[in-house]
Amino acid sequence: MGYASKSPWVIHYDGSSCNGCDIEVLAALCPGFDAERFGVINTGNPKHADIFLVTGSVNERNIDVVKEIYDQMVEPKVVIACGICACTGGIFHDCYNVIGGVDKAIPVDVYAPGCAVRPEAIIDAVVQGIGILEKKAEALNASRKGA
Amino acid sequence: MGKSTIIPFGPQHPVLPEPLHLDLVVEDERVIQAIPQIGFVHRGLEKLVETRDYNQFVYVAERICGICALGHSLGYAETVEGLMGVEIPERAEYLRVIWHELSRVHSHILWLGLAADAFGFESLFMHCWRLRERVLDVFEQTTGGRVIFSVIKVGGVERDITQFQAHVILDTLVGIKDEYKQLCKAFLNDTSVQTRLVDVGYLSYEDAINYSVVGPFARASNVNYDVRMLGKGGYKYLDTFDPILDGQGDCYARAKVRALEVIQSIEIIEELLSKLPEGDISVPVKGSPADGAEYSNILEQPRGECYYYARGNGTKYLERMRMRTPTSQNLAGMTSALAGCDLADVNMIVLTIDPCISCTER
Repeated sequence: MGYASKSPWVIHYDGSSCNGCDIEVLAALCPGFDAERFGVINTGNPKHADIFLVTGSVNERNIDVVKEIYDQMVEPKVVIACGICACTGGIFHDCYNVIGGVDKAIPVDVYAPGCAVRPEAIIDAVVQGIGILEKKAEALNASRKGA
Repeated sequence: MGKSTIIPFGPQHPVLPEPLHLDLVVEDERVIQAIPQIGFVHRGLEKLVETRDYNQFVYVAERICGICALGHSLGYAETVEGLMGVEIPERAEYLRVIWHELSRVHSHILWLGLAADAFGFESLFMHCWRLRERVLDVFEQTTGGRVIFSVIKVGGVERDITQFQAHVILDTLVGIKDEYKQLCKAFLNDTSVQTRLVDVGYLSYEDAINYSVVGPFARASNVNYDVRMLGKGGYKYLDTFDPILDGQGDCYARAKVRALEVIQSIEIIEELLSKLPEGDISVPVKGSPADGAEYSNILEQPRGECYYYARGNGTKYLERMRMRTPTSQNLAGMTSALAGCDLADVNMIVLTIDPCISCTER
């Protein structure tokens, strides 16, 4: 990846995380790590977002919310599973109300493990996500030209 | 008055890092009732106590909540120690309280930042979180983790604070305190902050008692209740402790109580670090809790009183582990404070109880 054609905006949803990863997602954007200086902005609106950061595993109650946010996002879009709970269910994998990682609900592009996931890992995952976003945008353009 | 409409608030909402759903019944711009719905974060981790032994469960208890992580592992460890009659060394009690108060500093600064974001003061939000990074640096130096520390164990603590680290913490705290006082001025004296917070979301002393709200939410309504007063654990080594109270009962009072508690916590850490005794940091714990033994324990978390209950069954696995967290107490008070407010103030009032949904639902 040479350069990114735009700065991605992110949307964050807390599946059933313990808050540890959520505050690290915010910390990655705030001073100290400061991903915002590259134009990565946390938005509350799924329709504005390019990258979906999910923390925590999915359960019966929030699986519809996760799917709904994913469906509302406009193509091309990238999903990043932040933290080990979002990747596999982590320490809570055998709890009765945990279905598993986020990939049980929606397709995940990048996995960022850790308990709690470190802000460096989130930024790294977002950078990888930008590469995937570029490829998806190219594929989308090509398919539109073909039609 | 127009006819009433229901506006959904959450579970995905920019002001909340966590999923909480509120059905707001509004007439024009006025909220007449707020009906909370929870269950988005329920994992069922109390049941894990049947498959993790009492030493392993410390790490599960720590992951009840990532903001008050250390508090939950501390509360759980104290409960199991009470169940088994373990006396922990004096130095371990000191270290536990030092870390617990540090996590209160980080939790309150985090909250002040989120509050600033909620009333639209973006630069104050960024300054709060910048300061919070310095508290997290202290955690990283002493425990190795930023939000999940894994430093408490049944019978003491895992790591020691060396003489050198103690000096570094004291130096860092002096710097944090200076910068924090500057931020405090913005919170407590700025007119634009006051116009958003004063007389918003009022909760009277009687209502605070009737709904049994806890923590800074209660103390802002002049309820003199703070578990730290009881002098449990390391708090008995403090010379004096007076809870910070405010009689106004509005959002501004809650912000003020939290803002002043940060300085109080920093003073507690400084006092305990200067008196830190020499000695062991843990005792070996053998055996298992007796069949039918019961113990309950309370602890002042950053968000208020948290209650723990445990029962043994003669094996290494506990029979039952139960906790009642501050937010589940405060939700009832919050719905009372929400009734009659403006729609624009809802996010501020929800935030001023400092909701911790993952604690509540576990």
